Amino acid sequence: MEKDQSHILRRLFFSTLYLSAFTFGGGYVIITLLKQKFVDELHWIDEEEMLDMVAIAQSSPGPIAVNGAIVIGYKLAGVPGILVSVLGAVIPPFVTLTVISFFYSAFKTNYYIQHLLSGMTAGVSAVIISVVWDMMNGVRRNKDALLMAVMVIAFVANYFLKINAVYIILATAAFGAVRTYINAKKHPREGGAP
Amino acid sequence: MIYLQLFFAFMQIGAFSFGGGYAAMPLIESQVIDRYGWLTRADFADLVTIAEMTPGPIAINAATFVGNLTAGIPGALCATTGLILPPCIFATVLAYLYKKYKDLSLMQGILQSLRPTVVALILTAGLRILIPAVFADGTVSPAAGNVNVRTVVYFLAALLCLRKWKISPIKVMVGCGVAEVIVSLVLG
Repeated sequence: MEKDQSHILRRLFFSTLYLSAFTFGGGYVIITLLKQKFVDELHWIDEEEMLDMVAIAQSSPGPIAVNGAIVIGYKLAGVPGILVSVLGAVIPPFVTLTVISFFYSAFKTNYYIQHLLSGMTAGVSAVIISVVWDMMNGVRRNKDALLMAVMVIAFVANYFLKINAVYIILATAAFGAVRTYINAKKHPREGGAP
Repeated sequence: MIYLQLFFAFMQIGAFSFGGGYAAMPLIESQVIDRYGWLTRADFADLVTIAEMTPGPIAINAATFVGNLTAGIPGALCATTGLILPPCIFATVLAYLYKKYKDLSLMQGILQSLRPTVVALILTAGLRILIPAVFADGTVSPAAGNVNVRTVVYFLAALLCLRKWKISPIKVMVGCGVAEVIVSLVLG
């Protein structure tokens, strides 16, 4: 992690800019791409920290892509990191939408653009499913049945019952707090941080 | 003054849209259509279509689009700045608290439980994109004519490229798009 600040900032800006330009289909896509970049490729952030950051991004108001850029920028380079990564995340949609607002009717009916976007949807889903697969294996490695149950319940609540993600996160946080409290009472010596 | 109105209207959207993406849509509707009349319902439907077809969060797309239509590029800048200001403040404070307290055992316990939840949320987001793309009517029913075979093929090919050959996600995504353009030209 001992790299000079300007190198990190430049890398941060171009990564968020590049990823944001290709993020079709919502905030989680950019989060999975940021994970690929900063966890798998650059190794600047570890996988568990990344999941914590997604929870933070999800718990703040506003677009998840912007929040994700903020927490990663802050983690890697403090406040200058936030400015750089938010700018990188915002510029591509800003430019795209400004251009499109001038040429909307031609854009909407363009044959090539329609097919390009429909094909890219399949690719986007494959990227997300692949990243989720890795993350699930990460959770499974804990060999903790309760955590597996949390994962299944959260999925059912979000996907089938369509419960707002914020409530699911708050409920899980409360569960984690209670569980830690009970464990600390049962094993007072293991109560400290690992 | 239009610039200030844009700024504050989108600041409210930014401050109250918890849960990202589609959570922001009712807020955008209430400010942009009902309160200020900057867009008609038909414009708003167009905006949602554009937002789905282009990169970037829907709220940023909306801010840029509405700002441009009502007050040109300066308007788009005011609306977008207003939108991202509250999340910048909230997320920075949370990121700071995380950095400061993440080694406390209580924080550790909470974060450990949150990780599987986050995985589940991401899986949901992925399926919400995949399933409408594969099944024409949006429900999982493998009837003939309902399954988009081409999308299934691209999806499986993309998965193979990602898992087996470790090709970069962006190349895989663009590759799927280009493949669909070529296939649609050949097959009509």
